[in-house]
Amino acid sequence: MKRGWIVTTTEDRVAVTAPPALKTRPRDDRRVAWLFLAPVLIGFAVFYLYPTFRGVWYSLTDYSLLNTPSFVGVENYDKLIGDAQFWKSLRITAYYVVLNIASQTVLALGLAALMHRLTGSIMLRATLLLPWLVPNVTVALLWMWLLDTNLGLVNHLLAAAGLDTQGFLVSPTQALPTIAIINSWAYTGYTALLLYAGMLQIPVELYESAGLDGAGEWRMFRRITLPLLRPILALVLVVSLIGSFQIFDTVAVTEKVVPVGAGRVIYFYIYQQAFKYFHMGYASAVAMVLVVILGLLTLVQLRLLRASHSDLT
Amino acid sequence: MPRFGTAIAALTAVALSATMVACDSGSSADADGRVTLDYWLWDDQQLPAYQACADAFTQANPDVTVKITQTAWAQYWQNLTTNLAGGSAPDVWTDHASYYPQFVTSNQILDIQPYVDKDQVDVGQYQAGLADLFVKDGKRYGLPKDWDTMALVYNTKLVNDATGLDQLTWNPADGGTFEKAIAAATVDANGKNGLDPAFDRAHVKTYGFLPEWADGGQGQNGWGDLAVANGFTFLDKNPWGTHYNYDDPKLAETITWFKHLIDAGYAPKFDKQSTLSRDAVMDSGAGAFTIVGSWTIGTYLGTSAKQKYAFAPLPTGPAGRRTAINGLSDAIYAGTKHPDQAWAWVKFLGSADCQNLVGDKAVVFPAIKSGTDKALAAHRAAGRDVHVFTDEATAPGGTFFLPITDHGNEVSQVVQDAIQSVVLGQAPAADALKKANDQVNGLLQ
Repeated sequence: MKRGWIVTTTEDRVAVTAPPALKTRPRDDRRVAWLFLAPVLIGFAVFYLYPTFRGVWYSLTDYSLLNTPSFVGVENYDKLIGDAQFWKSLRITAYYVVLNIASQTVLALGLAALMHRLTGSIMLRATLLLPWLVPNVTVALLWMWLLDTNLGLVNHLLAAAGLDTQGFLVSPTQALPTIAIINSWAYTGYTALLLYAGMLQIPVELYESAGLDGAGEWRMFRRITLPLLRPILALVLVVSLIGSFQIFDTVAVTEKVVPVGAGRVIYFYIYQQAFKYFHMGYASAVAMVLVVILGLLTLVQLRLLRASHSDLT
Repeated sequence: MPRFGTAIAALTAVALSATMVACDSGSSADADGRVTLDYWLWDDQQLPAYQACADAFTQANPDVTVKITQTAWAQYWQNLTTNLAGGSAPDVWTDHASYYPQFVTSNQILDIQPYVDKDQVDVGQYQAGLADLFVKDGKRYGLPKDWDTMALVYNTKLVNDATGLDQLTWNPADGGTFEKAIAAATVDANGKNGLDPAFDRAHVKTYGFLPEWADGGQGQNGWGDLAVANGFTFLDKNPWGTHYNYDDPKLAETITWFKHLIDAGYAPKFDKQSTLSRDAVMDSGAGAFTIVGSWTIGTYLGTSAKQKYAFAPLPTGPAGRRTAINGLSDAIYAGTKHPDQAWAWVKFLGSADCQNLVGDKAVVFPAIKSGTDKALAAHRAAGRDVHVFTDEATAPGGTFFLPITDHGNEVSQVVQDAIQSVVLGQAPAADALKKANDQVNGLLQ
């Protein structure tokens, strides 16, 4: 196998990046290095590390946003186990994640493969990114108008085609799939570009020789593109999994019209508990559980997709 | 795409930034003792009226300036909460009966009873009962500024015969003359109305009635008013009750009647209704009747309305004609640096001097009678007939107050979910409401 394609293992890296040359390097460099790192480290500490520890602390208190928090032990976590709304919001989120990731990844993969094998048009790539550039709140409002039962364009077209009009966001069964489709619309282009960038790293010779051996496009996609794309695909899946779990803006905008809380995902539940019901302590506990769930899911996913190993080795 | 990071970060970052910006209260005083008070309100239409009050106040008290900040309703309460959490809340803010209990519980509002006693403010000068809404355990958390009642609004082109609309009757069994009026105003694709045996309920062009289903636990814009007219009471006592009665069969009957309107084709199916506000749907000409509050007078009788409308009183139910009446007040922040000046401003806002100025602008009905008379006169001068709102407000026993308890937001969500599930046919009214009632009473224990 060609050496350039081997992803170095941890041991290799230690061997390479801990060179003896370090001893001769003047100390000043390190100070400068810390100086350059400082803005990021300070930002990380102030905006991520500190809030996280504070969140852990709040989850053990009765903090209401307006009182002085006092320690209540694991009471919030206790309450959470018996909270039907919490479990319901988790189920709704899981359903949403499955719908969203499935539709978004399949579509994006298809788009990326088409771009990779057919065209390198920059115009096309730019167009694909457009929906991703629109703020989520605007996207949600826009689709609410388009999908409205009375005045929306989509139902108007359905009716003109002689089909039944649909409730979409106001239907308890269609609301969540509709939200998933709206977000797929917004993110598919972005995901497709990531995958496309990954495909560009695959050596063209592989396709050429496969072509000479008589392999068709579908076979090449399955045997060359997919396996070699695995590290990128893993990254994309992890990022979109976490992104999907964090779905909030579309839900918050449409919440007033979605019936019986059919779209009340976990992030919305956290927001509701913290800022509408003044249970900041409880909301923090829910958030902590979410951290654990996401951490576990990411680990499992990375393990399953063997993200650090490319099939090129 | 959201960043790979701890899920809690976003949430706690908000709390963090809130505490970091917590430096000082909104008001300020410079060296020569001049004070600027921060005052918040949400209604942009009322801003000019209150600016006039602020100018008059500063004229009488040259050392105090009032800085008004207007934030839309959708962000108002969250902004206020964040500012309270950060210790930088406005000195005085416009308060709502349903929202203020949480601020009382968390000691954010100044008790003004000592000031009221000292200055001998007559709390009897306001529309009956309004002043008491803001009292808990002998402490007073605001002075009334205005009130609103509910009425029927109808599209005069779609309801061509207005005879008898001022004497409609209603009951949950057959809907009374109210249901007949709704049926007559419903028209299908073939031009047949809801009373015609050949009426096609599957292809309705104009609905006779537009219900509001995102109406919390109060049903102010529809089911609440009719349920009370059917003999329902929300609470064991109001304000500050401790037991809700959402399991009352009289409420279940009312909700079931609303569902019947949908099944009969007189109202839009819940899962096919517009995502737009009822005001917008009415303006598109797709609805004939709906129930609205007096705060929408400007929307329906204003120059930007696309249809012609008129108001009619709510129908009379088995327990009489009953409308929700709701009032706003002005609250003083417990952490204000200038309680005396803030009180002077609140006292002025609650006085005839300011409320007459507000009445002249005819945007709301001020809590003091002279202010309401001014508003009525201004409406009349502009050719707007709004007497049903004031008639209902003064009819003996004709009004009820919206429920005021702790956990108001949670109660609203639970009850709204239950009612929506009934209208969607997911559960019978009695079962869903019983379950919701147990849940909300659990919160109050």
